[in-house]
Parts: sequence; C-alpha cells; structure tokens
Amino acid sequence: MALMRITSPHAHGPMSTARVMQNVLLATVPGVIVLTHFFGFGTLVNIIWASILALAFEALALRLRKRPLGFYLGDYSALVTAVLLGIALPPYSPWWLIAVGIASSILLAKHLYGGLGYNPFNPAMVGYVVLLISFPVQMSSWAAPRGVGELPGLLDALQACFTPGNFDAVTMATPLDLLKQNNSLLMDDLWQQNAQFGRWAGIGWEWASLAFLAGGLWLLYQRVFTWHAPIAMLVALALTAALFYDGGSSASGGSPLFHLLSGATMFGAFFIITDPVSSAVSTRGRLVFGALIGLLVYLIRVYGNYPDAVAFAVLIMNFAAPFIDQYTQPRSYGHAARREDNE
Amino acid sequence: MRQVYDFHGGIHPPENKHQSIAAPIADAGIPEELVLPLAQHIGAPAIPVVEIGQKVLKGQLIAEPAGFVSVPLHAPTSGTVSAIEDRQIAHPSGHSARCVVIATDGKDEWIDHSGLADYKSVDRSELLTIIRNAGIAGMGGAGFPTAVKLSVKAEVGIETLILNGTECEPYITADDILMRERAEQIIEGAQIIAHLVQPDEILIGVEDNKPEGIAALQTAAEGTGVEIVVFPTKYPSGGEKQLIEILTGKQVPSGGLPSAVGVVCQNIGSAVAVRDAVIDGRPLISRITTVTGEGVNDPRNYEVLLGSSLAYLLEQADYQTNKNKRLIMGGPMMGFTVPDAHVPIVKTTNCVLAPAETELPAPPPAQACIRCGMCAEACPASLLPQQLFWFSQGKEFEKAEQHNLFDCIECGACSFVCPSNIPLVQYYRAAKAEVVQLRKDAEKSEHSRIRFEARQTRLEREDAEKEAKRAARKKAAEEKARLAAEQGSTEEDPIQAAIERAKAKKAAQAEGSNSAESAGEKLEKAVVTTRKRLDTATAKLTAAKEDGSDLVDALQTGVDKTRAKLEAAEKALREHQHAATTKEQPTEEAKPIDAAQVAIKKAMAARVADADKSPEEKAREALQKLEARLQKSEARLAQGKAAGEEEKIITALESTVERLREKVAQAQSQANETEVS
Ligand code: SF4
Ligand code: SF4
Repeated sequence: MALMRITSPHAHGPMSTARVMQNVLLATVPGVIVLTHFFGFGTLVNIIWASILALAFEALALRLRKRPLGFYLGDYSALVTAVLLGIALPPYSPWWLIAVGIASSILLAKHLYGGLGYNPFNPAMVGYVVLLISFPVQMSSWAAPRGVGELPGLLDALQACFTPGNFDAVTMATPLDLLKQNNSLLMDDLWQQNAQFGRWAGIGWEWASLAFLAGGLWLLYQRVFTWHAPIAMLVALALTAALFYDGGSSASGGSPLFHLLSGATMFGAFFIITDPVSSAVSTRGRLVFGALIGLLVYLIRVYGNYPDAVAFAVLIMNFAAPFIDQYTQPRSYGHAARREDNE
Repeated sequence: MRQVYDFHGGIHPPENKHQSIAAPIADAGIPEELVLPLAQHIGAPAIPVVEIGQKVLKGQLIAEPAGFVSVPLHAPTSGTVSAIEDRQIAHPSGHSARCVVIATDGKDEWIDHSGLADYKSVDRSELLTIIRNAGIAGMGGAGFPTAVKLSVKAEVGIETLILNGTECEPYITADDILMRERAEQIIEGAQIIAHLVQPDEILIGVEDNKPEGIAALQTAAEGTGVEIVVFPTKYPSGGEKQLIEILTGKQVPSGGLPSAVGVVCQNIGSAVAVRDAVIDGRPLISRITTVTGEGVNDPRNYEVLLGSSLAYLLEQADYQTNKNKRLIMGGPMMGFTVPDAHVPIVKTTNCVLAPAETELPAPPPAQACIRCGMCAEACPASLLPQQLFWFSQGKEFEKAEQHNLFDCIECGACSFVCPSNIPLVQYYRAAKAEVVQLRKDAEKSEHSRIRFEARQTRLEREDAEKEAKRAARKKAAEEKARLAAEQGSTEEDPIQAAIERAKAKKAAQAEGSNSAESAGEKLEKAVVTTRKRLDTATAKLTAAKEDGSDLVDALQTGVDKTRAKLEAAEKALREHQHAATTKEQPTEEAKPIDAAQVAIKKAMAARVADADKSPEEKAREALQKLEARLQKSEARLAQGKAAGEEEKIITALESTVERLREKVAQAQSQANETEVS
C-alpha cells in the first residue's frame, strides 16, 4: 500500500488568498454604490473597463513570464487592483487614461517586480500617481455631485469613457481643492458659498467615506486584516488636523472631521494601506506605518502641491516599510526573559 | 480561582475529539509479533541484552540504557526473541532502525516484579533509579527520558510542578480518557514526582474542552494539594513553553530549560507510568493510543502493547483501507505521516490518525505570500513567520537566525492560517537542518584549522629549538676553543670548572624533580578541566534532548569523546602518581656531589703538590706543559684545516697556537734564566 507522505500540519484553516481578495472586492460594494448614487455611472464604468484591462494585462504578463494562467488569475489580485484604481480615478475618465493607469499598475508595479507578493509598492497607487503626474488636467477634474450639477446617464458614461471627444462632463472643484485654494474666507463662509461642501466634508464624499468605513469594518470583522494600520492612520490624521485646526480661520487646515470624511481618507485607510504586500509586517510595524501615513496625508493636503495625498503618502511609506520592519521586530517568546537574566 | 495567563497567537482548529472519546479504553490484545525499536526516546539507543531464540517473560529487560540520557526496554509480553535487526520504524525521515523482535506466545507470563509499599521511605536516588529502570520516556510526544528530567538538583529550587493534561492537538483523546478513567493514578503519579522534585505547588493544566476529565481529576485530587487549573482551549496551549506561560505567566528563556523559571513539566501519561513503576513495579510496556479518523469505523482509545504494528491496531478499529491514503502518527497539526502501516507503536505514539481524503484534504499548491501577517498573528512564539519563510527560501540563514528561527516550535499554526497555503513549517525544518549542518561543517573546519595551526606552531617551535641547540653547540665549541687557548694562563680553572659543573648538575637534578612535580600537576589539571568539559557537555546534551534539538547526535558523540579523554587523563595521572611514589627515594642523588668533591679535592691536592716544587722545576714543568699543549694545538689546527672547519674556529686555533708559541718562547727564556742563575 503506497501511503501519501506529507509534512505537518495536515489540517488547514478555511482562509485562502482568493477568499481574502473576494472579501476585499465585496467590501468595496457599498462605497461604489454611494459613489454611483452621487456622481453617476462614471465610477462603475471605470471599474468595469479597468477590470477587463487588468485581467488582459495580467494574462499577458503571465504568458510572457511563462506562468500558468488559471492558477494565478484565480487569486483575484489583479481584479482588486483594477477595482481600487477604478474607484480612485475621477468618474468619466477616458479609456486611454484608465489603460495607461492599469498598465502601470499591473505591468510596472507588479510584474516587473516579480508578481504578487514581491511588489514593494501598492500597484493601484503606482498607477494613480503615474497618471496624476502625467495627466494632471484629466486627473483633477471630478464630476459635480447630484443636486449640484446634472447627472449623466449610463449611456453618457459609456460615451465619456470610449469617445471622450464627444462628451463634456460637468466638473467641479472638489472640497479639498476649494479648501486648498481658499485664503480669504472663514471656514463657515467657505462652506456656505460652495454648494458642494455639503454637511461636513462634501456632498457625496461624506457618504462615500462612511460607506467605505462600513466595508472596512466588515473586513476587520472577517479578519482579513488587523486594525493596526487603518486605525493608526485615522487617529494620526485626526490628531494632526485637530492640532492645526484653529477654529475655522481662513488659514485653517480644515477640521478633523473634514479630513476624516473627505477625499480618499477612508478608502485609503481600509483598502489601500491595508494592502499587506507593500506594508510593514508586524503589528507594531503596522501601527507606525499607518500613523506616518496619516501624518503625511495631512501635511501633503495642507502644505503640498496636490490636493489629495493618500496615494503619495502610501507610496512614500512603501519605501519606508522595510526600515520600519527592521526596527519593529516583535519580541519572540523567551527573549525578554533572557535579557532580564543578564541584567 | 487561580489566575491564568494568555500566550501570544494561537489558533482554533476544528477539535474532532468527540469521535474517539465516546468509548472507554479497550485492550488491543496481543499481536503475534512485537517490534521494539531500541531508540524510542531522545538519547542513545538502548543496547540489547537478549539473544535471538531466547525466551523472555513479560516485563523482562531486553535492552539496557547506553548512558545517562537513555532508557531501557522491556518485553511487553512473554515470548521468544525472533530477531534483532533493522526494521522500518515510524520516524519523520522514514528510515529504518535496529529493533528487537519478539514472537509472542500468548501466555502473557509476568516476570517476578514488585513495587514499593511506601515510596516516601526510600532514598530519592533510589526512586529515580526505579523510574529509570522502568524505561519511562516522555509520553506526550518528544520522548525525553523522564528520570533525566526529574533529576533536577535540589539547589535549582523548583517552585512549580506542572502536569500537562492539555492535549491541544485536534483528534487526540488519549490524555482525556486517561483523566476520565485513571484520575487517581494521575494524582498518585503527581505526588510521587512531587516527592522527587519538592515543588511549592503541583498544578495539572487542562483545557476547558474536557469537562469530564476535569471533574474526575478534581474528585481524585481532593485533599491532596494537587490543583487542577482549567483554561480556555487554544492550540498550542499544550506546548510545554506555552503551558508554562499560561500557568505561571513566565517565559522559559530562549534556549533554556523550564527549570530556569523554577518549573518541571511532565505529561500526565508519564505520571501514570511513574506511578505504575513505583507502586506496582511495572515497567513501561504498553500505552494508551487514540485510533481515529474517518478511515476507521470504530475510533476509540486502546491500551496497546509497545511494538504492536499500526496495521494490527488499525485492524482492531475496523480499518477501511479504501477510504484512507495517509496514516498520521500524532495529531493533524504536528504528527507525521508513516511510510507503511507495519511500523510499530512506540512509547511516544499518542495517536494514529487515518483520515479520509475529504477529511484532511491534501494541501493545494502554494501561492505567493501576500504578507498578510496572519501567520505572525497566529505564531505562539511571537515570530514573524513570513520573514522566516522569506529568509529560509532565500537561504539567508543568518537573517533567519536573527529572526529567531530556532525558537520556532514547529506547531504549524502559521501554515494552518496561511491563505496562500504555503508549507511554512516545512521550510523552517529544512532551514534548521541546514543551519545545523552548516554549524557542524564550520565546527569541523574550525577544528581542523586549530589542529593545523597547532601543528604549524609545533613545527616552528621545533625548528627554533633545533636552531637554538645548534647555535648553543657552536657557541660551546667556540668557548671550548677559547678556553682551551687560555687554559694555560689560569691555574684555578679546573677546580672552578669542576665546582661549576657539579653545581650545574645539582641544579639540573633539582629542576628535574621540579619538573616531575609540575608534570603531575599538569596531569591533574588536565583531569579537572576535562571533567568540567564533560559536565558542560552533558548539561548541553540534556538541554538539547529536552528541546528535541537536532544537535543531539553531535552532542552525544562529543560527550562520549570527552568521557574517553577524561578516562585517559585519569589513567595517565594514576600512572604518574604511581611512578612518582616508586621513585620517592633517589639513591643516586648523593653520587654527583661526591664526584664533584672528588674533583675539587684532586685539584686542590695537585695545587698543594705544586707548591712544594722548586722554581726551576716549576718552570721546566710549565715549559713542558706548554710545549705539549702547543703540539696539541698545532695538531688540532692542522686537523681543523684539513677537515675544512669554519673560519672562525681556524682563526681561533691559529691565534691559540700563536700565543702558545709566544708563551713557550717566554718560558724557555725563563727556564734558561733560572738555569743560568
Ligand atoms: S500567512 Fe501566508 S501569505 Fe500571509 S504573510 Fe504569512 S506566509 Fe504570507
Ligand atoms: S510553526 Fe513556528 S513559526 Fe509557525 S506558528 Fe508555530 S512557532 Fe510560529
């Protein structure tokens, strides 16, 4: 009788990488629904087009690298990258913009470094930053939210994507842009003069942020990642904002609540910086990693040249992750005891 | 309620214990053949003391321990020794090893044996001997000789004796059923062990998923001072280090023994074995083994004779060959697959798991590590498994060691949670093995380097010594030549020389006896240092064994070698001492002094005789002497020249001849003068 020989352990938990990725995809759904509700079908078209491209590029890269297609496509990681980039890009982006972004994400940031698990930078954020630097005009025009401008329909959205010349979207400065450009108005006045500010942090934005927060909390509950990095980032951002919030003068950097709920804060905290591949590895390391991102987001938002800062902050900290790892190695069992002995 | 502590990480795999715990312990019976490996424990394999064809009785010694860290082996039932040969055994590496094979006779006839009525009245060392002679080795899995573990020195000061009834591995229920059915024996065993190590408290740690076992223990422990501590179920709380942390809040220092934090830990199965040995005089010849998994129709616990084959045991449980493709010895987390169902049950076999294909599916191919950190969260040793994996895969062993690779207890929690199905533990095992090999190699090359250097310095020293001797000889020759040249001028020379020579001899002799003494000291020192080295080596070996380290073999040979050296050194010392005592009265010593005195006397007498002579006579004698010396010198010079001796010597000889000629001329004129006058 030929018996199978396998080394221990023989049991395996229920979690698989594919399931982790599926959970992440599922958790983006509320946010995408809210975005679609407020900004129209633009985001949805972004996501679908990005997903098609991502799978195609992934397959191409795998073919070139002579890897089995089915096995690697099955890990859903390319799809996650595509969805995240699709959400991050302005709605009604032209097809080529998305194509360049996905190409940068999948080919440059991921496969050039050796594929999933080997990429030091978050692929979606690399794609985003490449676009932001190369096409600043397209990247900084965000659709006007429902109630402020007219919402295009699904057909319009498709047209905007594939025949961008024929479509003229109603775009508007985002609240973060406005805040940045403002240097004369008190906060309260700024809010009153610009319809898109909404209640706390911008029509659409605040609700989208809350939706992403909900998705993120669900992922935490599912133990897809630990709370350390996201909570550290949010706390650091809120604390810094509170420190520099002077009650709403014209030079104010914006309230903590505004920073938490506007732009890509929540999306970044739960969907970008939790990307395990490019973050620090230990729990302590992730606390440091998240907190520094929160700090950087505030600094870049208020003092930097770009209105939203999550992408840059994440990439900068991706650089720093190995160093953080080096200094945050956990204390292994029996090691402190030994030090005590020596003392 | 006593406070219990939590340890980092841990997982909750499906327990799957209910299948095998429902039925009581069954007797597995006597198979036709028993195969008993000589090494069922950590340490040196036992040495057979029976011959092929010999009849043995149940409980009879069939192999004796080979050294301190080793245990004996007994016949599990009566029968005939049919072979002593290499057989396939259950071992992760799948290799075969030497076994004693017994053809059973079915009579199950006991050898004479008896226990102690009152173990408290006998000496501690005697109790230890009983435990040692009973062949008990840790029954929880590692198989470390129990007697060795229990021979902690009194000065170590054991605060806590912990009996491990945790049994955190899924499927296994051998300890649970033991608690349910033999709680009194466990408590009795605990008390015997406590009598040996004298702890301040005795704790039995049990996970809270064994309520019946806990209740039975609590009833049995009433009024004995043994405390049953219950804590939440979490794998691997039964790991020795984890259990110690749970119960005491203390962590065993990395690379250290539990006794470093005042703890001795024993499995409850071992406690019962100790009790049986001491109270009943029954050596370890059977154990309780769980047979479970969907591959058997009748999963339960068996009392099985050591040496029964897995196949025999599985048959008792109604094994379904078609359902099962993989046999695991131990649990699903840390057990290992066996190559063949004919391997024997040994002292450490707590479970035989025959899972159906769907029950424990073969692992799917591994995907890339996504660095999710789930492994680090699960790791009970607080390691970073993903980093260890990275380093092991990249063969960056130094970094892996910096990340405490050797603190990994191979519990498998990291592999269990890894979403990418990476066989992490496999990588760590390979990495550890490789590091150990590298260390061995490094040690070897270091040894040969030291040996080479020692040889080199010895050769250099010998060269230098030779050179020095040659130089000294040359100098002496020159000196001699010079002295020879000048001898004529100083009359006292011979006396002085004689005195000096005598003195030198005496000094040399004194030194000789000195050096004899120091040789003895040296030997003594050698003995002392070797003994020390042996002690540390043995300690290390013990530690390694307790940890189940891979270094055990290497350490064992080290210990053996050191012991051999010690014996040699002791022998040398004894011989030396013997020689020294026989040499005690040196009769020779007086003689050289006599000779010196004789020489002095002779010289003095010559001088006195000289003084009596007349000046003419003296002058004539001197002249004669000088002439004789001149002749000698000339001859020597000629000889030297002919032999082509060194220039310096020739010149020295020449000048001597020259001076002698002058002196002869002088003396002649003097003699003439005295004659004239
Ligand atoms: S659990 Fe697996 S995939 Fe996740 S970090 Fe650890 S090794 Fe990598
Ligand atoms: S096998 Fe080693 S690395 Fe993995 S969880 Fe257990 S102790 Fe940690």
